[in-house]
Amino acid sequence: MTPSQSINGALRKVPAWTVYIVGAVYAVWQFWRALNQIGPYLVEPINVLERAYGEVGLQLMVLGLLVTPLRKWTGVNLLKFRRAIGVTAFFFVLAHFLVFAILDVQSLGRVWTEIVKRPYVTVGMVSFMMMIPLVVTSNNLSVRKIGTAAWRKLHKLTYLAAILGVVHYLWLVKGFQIEPIVYAVVVAVLLLARVRKWKQVATDARGAA
Amino acid sequence: MAYRWTNTLTQADITPKAAYLNRRQILAGTVGLGAIGLAGGAQAQELEPNTLEEITSYNNFYEFGTGKEDPARNAHQLVTSPWSIKVAGMVDNPGDYALADLLDGLTVEDRIYRFRCVEAWSMVIPWNGIELADILNKVGVQSGAKYVAFETVVQPDNMIGVQRRVLDFPYVEGLRLDEAMHPLTIMATGIYGEPISNQNGAPIRLVVPWKYGFKSIKSIVGITLTDEEPPTSWNKANAREYGFYSNVNPNVDHPRWSQASERKIGGGLFASRQETLMFNGYPEVASLYEGQDLSVDI
Repeated sequence: MTPSQSINGALRKVPAWTVYIVGAVYAVWQFWRALNQIGPYLVEPINVLERAYGEVGLQLMVLGLLVTPLRKWTGVNLLKFRRAIGVTAFFFVLAHFLVFAILDVQSLGRVWTEIVKRPYVTVGMVSFMMMIPLVVTSNNLSVRKIGTAAWRKLHKLTYLAAILGVVHYLWLVKGFQIEPIVYAVVVAVLLLARVRKWKQVATDARGAA
Repeated sequence: MAYRWTNTLTQADITPKAAYLNRRQILAGTVGLGAIGLAGGAQAQELEPNTLEEITSYNNFYEFGTGKEDPARNAHQLVTSPWSIKVAGMVDNPGDYALADLLDGLTVEDRIYRFRCVEAWSMVIPWNGIELADILNKVGVQSGAKYVAFETVVQPDNMIGVQRRVLDFPYVEGLRLDEAMHPLTIMATGIYGEPISNQNGAPIRLVVPWKYGFKSIKSIVGITLTDEEPPTSWNKANAREYGFYSNVNPNVDHPRWSQASERKIGGGLFASRQETLMFNGYPEVASLYEGQDLSVDI
């Protein structure tokens, strides 16, 4: 048995909802640490929690985009977790926004000002809004209602949301920092790989017709 | 020339060592006294110094990494002894000064200052330092000098952020001569009566309390008097966002965030914001900028 086969074998026994449980436990654990000012939350818990939630949200978005290429390149199959990964990503971005609005900015009026006035906040907000239709339609009923082709098209928004998430990150740091650039490169590579595949599919379809 | 500026706070306002080591424990034991504290007046309460733990574990010192906790983790690698400062430019007595020689005979004072970071957080820090004017007078400023340029040490092998080139190192900063000579401007060598920690800019750093924190350059190895405005690191990195003056000004936003309010470090997860004060609450410096439009001279 190859390593990827044994990984897939082990994953077969893990139900998809495990992702939600792990995500929720992690989010609550971080909040609890921030509340009690433990570890990285020692001095300024608000900013650190805000960034922690935002970064996990972005990581999960990237992981969601990685599912298909990962299967192609390594044989590891995370397909059954993809929906849960995407929805959990949304909840982390939501938590990121709530910490920003309630604990950091602390006033609805100022939150609106920030969204309108600060381009990096605007971009982050647009990314967050884009995830809403994706989350709402992340169930089998919606796939049936909308139709598989249209549903797939809609969920290509994931790429745009991820790109805007990366732009948001690139834009908010000071100076030349590595982390957001790493995310930008990963998302760009995934997108390029996917665009090539879409082109291939389109060409094949014309050839078949 | 020392003692030209007097704190409204006295030595009695400096938190005792036992308390600053872990104020949260003390607070937990004195909840019943909270009401008395409230009666003490907003100003005094606002200026309660941060704990040494807070001051030494939440820092921007990009030579040691960009994370707030990176300097506390990495700055132990900084070699601070021996330390010399190169004094150059339009001075009567230029040269490489051993730190002790440069400061010999000068008075170290306690200065409890607000410290406002450009990122909209703040602390209150009980510095121990020497008026920069005393140091400049000691080396003899020549007429015609208009600016003071400062430079931070570069120890590439000991500074992980220098290897990563986050900024164009060495970090450089500058002040106009009248700003440098102002009694509020000090060179700090200690905090809470102890030698300043590496992450706070050991062994000697600038403190200009009415300007955003990045002006208060750390671990200084060069002081140069010039007649031209010297380059400054953040201005070089992004001139639109960081001007030469960088005075704390709630009316002029950073292009990416508001400067109208700030969050004082130490209030926990539910800390509320407080209004940022013009010149960070030091109106006595306003006369330095008479005739200048501070929305232009950022």
